[in-house]
Amino acid sequence: MAEAVDYKYIGTRPVRPDGVDKVTGRAQYGADPILPGMIHGRILRSPHAHAMIKSVNLSRALELPGVHAALSGADFPGGIGDEAIGGESGGTMSDLAKNVMARDKVVYHGQAVAAVAAQTPQLALQALKLIEVEYEVLPVVLDVRAAMQESAPLLDPTCITKGVKPEPEKPSNVVSVTTFNRGDVDEGFEQADLVLEREYIVPMAHQGYIEPHGCVAQANEGGAATVWCSTQGHFEFRAATSKLLGMNMADLKFIATEIGGGFGGKTVVYLEPVALLLSQKSGKPVKMQMSREEVFRATGPTSGTYGTAKIGVKKDGTITAAKIWMAFEAGGFAGAPTGPAAMAVFSPYTIENFKVETLDVLVNKPKVAAYRAPGAPQSMHAFESILDEAADELGIDPIDIRLTNAASEGTTAPYGPKFPTIGFVECLEAAKNHPSYKAPVPEGAGRGLAAGFWFNVGMQSSAEVHVAENGTVTVVEGSPDIGGSRASMCLMAAETLGVEYESIRAVVGDTQSTGFSNVTGGSRTTFATGMAVVQACEDIITQCKSRAAATWGVDDDQVEWEDGHCVPKPGVNAEVKPLSLADMAAAAAKTGGPISGRASLNAQGAGASFSVNFTDVAVDPDTGHVEVLNFTAIQDAGKAIHPAYVEGQMQGGAAQGIGWALNEEYIFNDDGVMQNAGFLDYRIPVASDLPMIDCEIVEVPNPSHPYGVRGVGETPIIAPLAAIGNAVAHATGVRINELPLSPPRIVAALDAAHKA
Amino acid sequence: MRYEAPTTTKEAANLLAKAKGKAFVLAGGTDLLVRMKAGMLEPDLVVDIKRIPATRKVTKTASGFTIGASVSGAELGENKAVKKAWPGVVEATELIGSDQVQGRCTMVGNLCNASPAADSVPAMIAAGAKAAIVGPKGKRSVAVEKIVTGPGKTSLKKGEMIESISLPKGGAKIGDAYLRFIPRTEMDIAVCSAAVCLELGAKNVIKKATVVLGAVAPTAVTVPAAAKAIIGTKLDDDALDALAAACEAACNPIDDKRGTIEFRTEVAAVLARRAAKIAFERAGGK
Repeated sequence: MAEAVDYKYIGTRPVRPDGVDKVTGRAQYGADPILPGMIHGRILRSPHAHAMIKSVNLSRALELPGVHAALSGADFPGGIGDEAIGGESGGTMSDLAKNVMARDKVVYHGQAVAAVAAQTPQLALQALKLIEVEYEVLPVVLDVRAAMQESAPLLDPTCITKGVKPEPEKPSNVVSVTTFNRGDVDEGFEQADLVLEREYIVPMAHQGYIEPHGCVAQANEGGAATVWCSTQGHFEFRAATSKLLGMNMADLKFIATEIGGGFGGKTVVYLEPVALLLSQKSGKPVKMQMSREEVFRATGPTSGTYGTAKIGVKKDGTITAAKIWMAFEAGGFAGAPTGPAAMAVFSPYTIENFKVETLDVLVNKPKVAAYRAPGAPQSMHAFESILDEAADELGIDPIDIRLTNAASEGTTAPYGPKFPTIGFVECLEAAKNHPSYKAPVPEGAGRGLAAGFWFNVGMQSSAEVHVAENGTVTVVEGSPDIGGSRASMCLMAAETLGVEYESIRAVVGDTQSTGFSNVTGGSRTTFATGMAVVQACEDIITQCKSRAAATWGVDDDQVEWEDGHCVPKPGVNAEVKPLSLADMAAAAAKTGGPISGRASLNAQGAGASFSVNFTDVAVDPDTGHVEVLNFTAIQDAGKAIHPAYVEGQMQGGAAQGIGWALNEEYIFNDDGVMQNAGFLDYRIPVASDLPMIDCEIVEVPNPSHPYGVRGVGETPIIAPLAAIGNAVAHATGVRINELPLSPPRIVAALDAAHKA
Repeated sequence: MRYEAPTTTKEAANLLAKAKGKAFVLAGGTDLLVRMKAGMLEPDLVVDIKRIPATRKVTKTASGFTIGASVSGAELGENKAVKKAWPGVVEATELIGSDQVQGRCTMVGNLCNASPAADSVPAMIAAGAKAAIVGPKGKRSVAVEKIVTGPGKTSLKKGEMIESISLPKGGAKIGDAYLRFIPRTEMDIAVCSAAVCLELGAKNVIKKATVVLGAVAPTAVTVPAAAKAIIGTKLDDDALDALAAACEAACNPIDDKRGTIEFRTEVAAVLARRAAKIAFERAGGK
């Protein structure tokens, strides 16, 4: 474990540079830009969950005065290949194209079928009513188990399951099977003193970002275009849009506006190619903005799952074998997060014998997109629940059973590599020593605990750092700021350069003004973009040392950088005054011109982040209402650059996980029409539903990052699902393995247990 | 769409009576404007009644209280006299929507929206509230339970609008209470609800009672059998069991995204039991 380091700026909690504009309403989000001559685009959506499109007739819509353009799938270029979308999202480019605008078929209710652009939003809505679409309605399959039956209607009649040997001869709705194995599970179960096997169901859930998707696109007659959009990755939006429209990428400028939440859901394009094509057709700038209803019906939720889990445990708590089988709803197109779900599920533990199988299954629901630690909440809900039940049966404390099996440095991860320094044991010990864990469970309540894990990724980032003539600093990065990352970049630059936080500001550059950066996702930004910022600052320091050496008439290696100043090495020309960054900037004209540093990298060594959450809940046995009395989130951040934003991630993830555990779910009727496409009946928690989420940041530095950073954004959503479930089980004495733990489900389960 | 903001109730009634096409009354707008925005309604005429002085005030009368049709939930909540006499009615009205919605929403709007899940309606019925209706043929007073005839439907005739709600005086031996069940803690719609109003006689024995359930049938349901079960008792466990059984028997709910038939039936009875206890205490019962 690395030594604790005292930093001057890192670990402090300054005000974020984008804060004032956000709380005063000045900040510009995706739908805020207003351009001269701008018109408004709207999308016509499929009223059927599964149908062939026989024809689309736009002519009556185009005849309506004030309508400037209309389009359908036929207006997009064909020949989109099957290459992967990439980033955090599953699926292929050709599926993405159909998800943006249907071609010959619709596979979920609400899929885009046509679009118009008109003088006003109201006129655009009127025009939609004039579009004539002829459908041939097909049977619908919604349940993941029903979709795997041989008799199920096929969403894609050419789909042959991948990952199964021998390759199946017949098509099915199962796109692929992912398998990870170690040892011999049957032998492992034989060695166990206790074997449990259970079914687990988790519902489809939405990211619930408060800002609906929005963008403004402006094309010119020469083929160039500018797009303002709310995105987690404007470079990837540019690439996808250029591919879907067959446009020259060099002609496209994508500007990331402020973003009102994404959680993975804003890593894929929906509106941008449509708005741009409408702009090309009309010759006018086009604004598009989804309603909340459209967000629910047609943008990426995460998969609902059905699975089974089996565990074998010795009396001392040692896990001898574990098995998970889980089917994931992909929605209408392939791409459920089955890979990470399978890789993550056993990662916190050393298990000699395991088998995990996850399936990507097509159903007539919206195409899933990334959602915070994609796949892990579902698979880990199953294992963290069955492990808890095993601990109950054996009379072992839930922390102790996890400590007995905990992965640590050198443990071979289920997905292959050996873990470098990790902080799972430290998180478990922090939980054990936490005053809330030592406190007795409140009268009548139940306590639940669960762990979480996420790999985190590095990927590509760029940063430039410019020193102004007075020594103040601008950091330019290509990562949209969702969770306060500009403040974190400024803190890392301040620490590296040894200048005050207040003299540094960070901006997110557009695709034509800074180097390529992957999406803000995978919990990568503070780690990877932070690494690029640190390296760009080091580039500046190298240049400054060289300029100081020239000024002082010494060799470059005779100058050192200390606390924001160039100083001569001990014994070298001690007469000279140290030169600050401001001194260097003031003299820049005489020493080689403006001082700028840059770095572009593919960051390696993203450290995994583990968590432990525990909570006390009270259940009203007569109404099934669950009150979360307290909730403690403990997580290894490696090093918290800006602790307030680390806590923000932990609290936000906990809120989303608690909501998913208790009330959030997609409810469809038999025709595949979502019944609760709004925040009234898709119940994310409101402030009064939650206690203050208590956070404890554990810091086991990541050796691969200059300041020890581990990504923190995704891990927090995982543990709450099982922690809440385990707490409800302890409060009521009844285990309910299907989420959400909604009041009707709890009352029904308690009634059934009472009768039994 | 035509927008009118008359200053007398008579003028408003005339506008509504003469309207061609779809005409709607606008008070707080927390239902009407939301529906217009969602494209569910396209009115030809909107009559804003907020400039009619008679709808703007809460008045203490010889027989009780008169609450104007455009008095907001927040305004009612600040009226100490009404709150003291009818805490259940005021609490029910204050449960509508969020803090922001409370600044606009009204009891009469809640009533005329005619949702089976309206929070203020069961409490008004239990308290014996009456609606003052103004129409082309003059004024009439109708018991609140006669207003809603089904989901989204009222007994108001063309040209008629409700000017105010009147509540009886209340009294030291009268207590009312309203409870609803929602999965969240606020900003939600009742999955089921119950209002109880009762009056105690000598030795704290229940003399009169009204029990009303919400969101378990097309309209709020008054349950005389539940009232009968507790009249003549001091709300002992047997009486409460009988009240709960009568409530379950009176439920005729739907299965939907908000709750199952079984859940609504079971929980409506639980709420009636709990509301009865609160009302009993408020009436001075022990």
